[in-house]
Amino acid sequence: MTAAEPVTEQEGRTIYRRPLLLSNPTSYCPGCGHGIVHRLLAEVLEEMGLGAKTILVGSVGCSVFAYDFLALDSVESPHGRAAAVATGVKRFRPDKVVFTYQGDGDLAAIGTAEIVHAAARGERFTVVFVNNGIYGMTGGQMAPTTLAGQKTTSSPRGRDVATQGYPLPVTEMLSLLPGVHYAARVSVADPGHVGKAKQALRRAFEVQLEDKGFSIVEVLSTCPVGWGLTPTEAMERLRDIVMEAYPVGTFVDRGRGIAPALPQPGAAHRSITEGF
Amino acid sequence: MTVVDRPASARPHSAAASRAHGGDAEDAPQRVLMKGNEAIAEAAVAAGCDAYFGYPITPQAELLEWMARRMPEEGRVFVQAESELAAINMALGASAAGARVLVSSSSPGISLMAEGMSYMAGSRLPVVLVNVMRGGPGLGSIGAAQGDYLQATKGHGHGDYRVPVLGPSSISEAIDLVREAFILAERYRTPVMILADGILGQAMEPVAPTFKTLAKRQPDWILDGADHREPRVLKSLHLRPEDLEAHDIELHEVYQQIAANEIRWAGERLEDADVLLVAYGTAARVARTAVERLRDEGVRAGLFRPITLWPFPAAALREAATGARVVMAVEMSAGQMVEDVRLALEGAAPVFHHGRMGGMVPSPDGVVDTMRRVLASSEEAAR
Repeated sequence: MTAAEPVTEQEGRTIYRRPLLLSNPTSYCPGCGHGIVHRLLAEVLEEMGLGAKTILVGSVGCSVFAYDFLALDSVESPHGRAAAVATGVKRFRPDKVVFTYQGDGDLAAIGTAEIVHAAARGERFTVVFVNNGIYGMTGGQMAPTTLAGQKTTSSPRGRDVATQGYPLPVTEMLSLLPGVHYAARVSVADPGHVGKAKQALRRAFEVQLEDKGFSIVEVLSTCPVGWGLTPTEAMERLRDIVMEAYPVGTFVDRGRGIAPALPQPGAAHRSITEGF
Repeated sequence: MTVVDRPASARPHSAAASRAHGGDAEDAPQRVLMKGNEAIAEAAVAAGCDAYFGYPITPQAELLEWMARRMPEEGRVFVQAESELAAINMALGASAAGARVLVSSSSPGISLMAEGMSYMAGSRLPVVLVNVMRGGPGLGSIGAAQGDYLQATKGHGHGDYRVPVLGPSSISEAIDLVREAFILAERYRTPVMILADGILGQAMEPVAPTFKTLAKRQPDWILDGADHREPRVLKSLHLRPEDLEAHDIELHEVYQQIAANEIRWAGERLEDADVLLVAYGTAARVARTAVERLRDEGVRAGLFRPITLWPFPAAALREAATGARVVMAVEMSAGQMVEDVRLALEGAAPVFHHGRMGGMVPSPDGVVDTMRRVLASSEEAAR
């Protein structure tokens, strides 16, 4: 029986079993998407029977305590370095399932070099990239993914693209790399998108098990406290504004013939034996 | 003596293996000519290094190149990282997963690795880090220097931790200390640094190819999936100050054990010495020659050579300096180790310093000249 199957039904209520891999109640703010993503991960790993062979590579940010909520072998990373740490784990233990859990500050700002080169090397681990467009833990500062015009504590008049640059579409950028075998963006805005997010996480771990290359799932998420909204308003903003700026979908799934319709680097990654 | 060109097609350790077959007494010990960087790399391979991560930087690059060839030959992990930041964090991950890991760089890259070293110390993760020092500060020069002594022994990354530091003075000694470093790293679950310099890394010396193996341990803290056991977490974060203090106290109990059990040093001509030179690494080679020249002039000189730079062999130095008229540190720096010499002697003898910087190497004559002046002025003061 999986956690997704109902345990009991009574008076119109359906009660689901808690996934075994969810070890403690989370300490996230009301309306934060991290709890949903943790639960999806716990369900997917449990359903795939991978919990006992999975190693979580944590990161710095609100999800720094993920190892307190997911019953997995875990290692902490310095801020931004999760993709390098995961490279070390997976290269030495290719028989294990390895994933990083990173926010947008961690992955898209301080960890840009690490994520790009891990993807370029086609490292065989999975990246769970939770993008809420803000630095939540340190008090709601502007992140690389903050939308143009969005007010944060470090862009109090709204992000001015003339001086503070444009939002960084990391997952689209990574999807250009031949080493990236699966790249998708999903959302936790409503139950339908949560279901698709779960499918994407499952597919990413399948790709890792196929040992073909790098896999990443970007999950668009909320930060009601950092956004200055109620949990309900935050979900509405996620659906109506954030998902408009960051379209969801599968960018790459090379195993299923989905590759970006963008110009590929030509001779540069072709072997010199192919007749240079 | 066999001469091994770089890149070598013959393995130094296979030369040792062939000697094992026909070794009789009249065979001179077969020696091979190796670069320090290559010898350090091969010593790590022989000691069962599972994973190497590095980034090219002069004067350390041959170490990376040697590992690029040898590690895949042995079916082990080699990754040329995108930066030293990434290299040390790959090491963090591999060490957490139970690998015996070597990382190497030179001064500017070592600065970038300071972050990861602090996390590894806090998370109790073993790793051996080689610093083939060059001149600084900043981009500095690519010449050999010892300007990272204070960084290596007093700080490096942020926070309240220590790292054992080993200072080899010859390529043969470097080979032995690589294995020692892995032993210390795993015995105490700590990063260990080998503090070499550009001359030690770049020079070729005949070495006895005594590359020794090292048995694997089965630690009970590594991450290999929580299969029928409680999940393990390797971390340095302890948010409650009470918890962090308790963790830091544990770390410092380990450092006290290291300081009590692992001090290494060497002395030459100390028996009757009343003039003491103190030097490590390449500077100790210069000081050794200076000792001989001073002896030729009738000065009873001796050499005290720390091998563990942290923990510093303070008690042994104090004993060696008993009754000394003059103690002088010789360094390829403006005077860094000399601070530890002064702390060790607590005023028991006057302490002087002779050093060159920026990639310049002190000459034995320079050392002797400074010592002559020191002796003359102290005799004058005594009158």
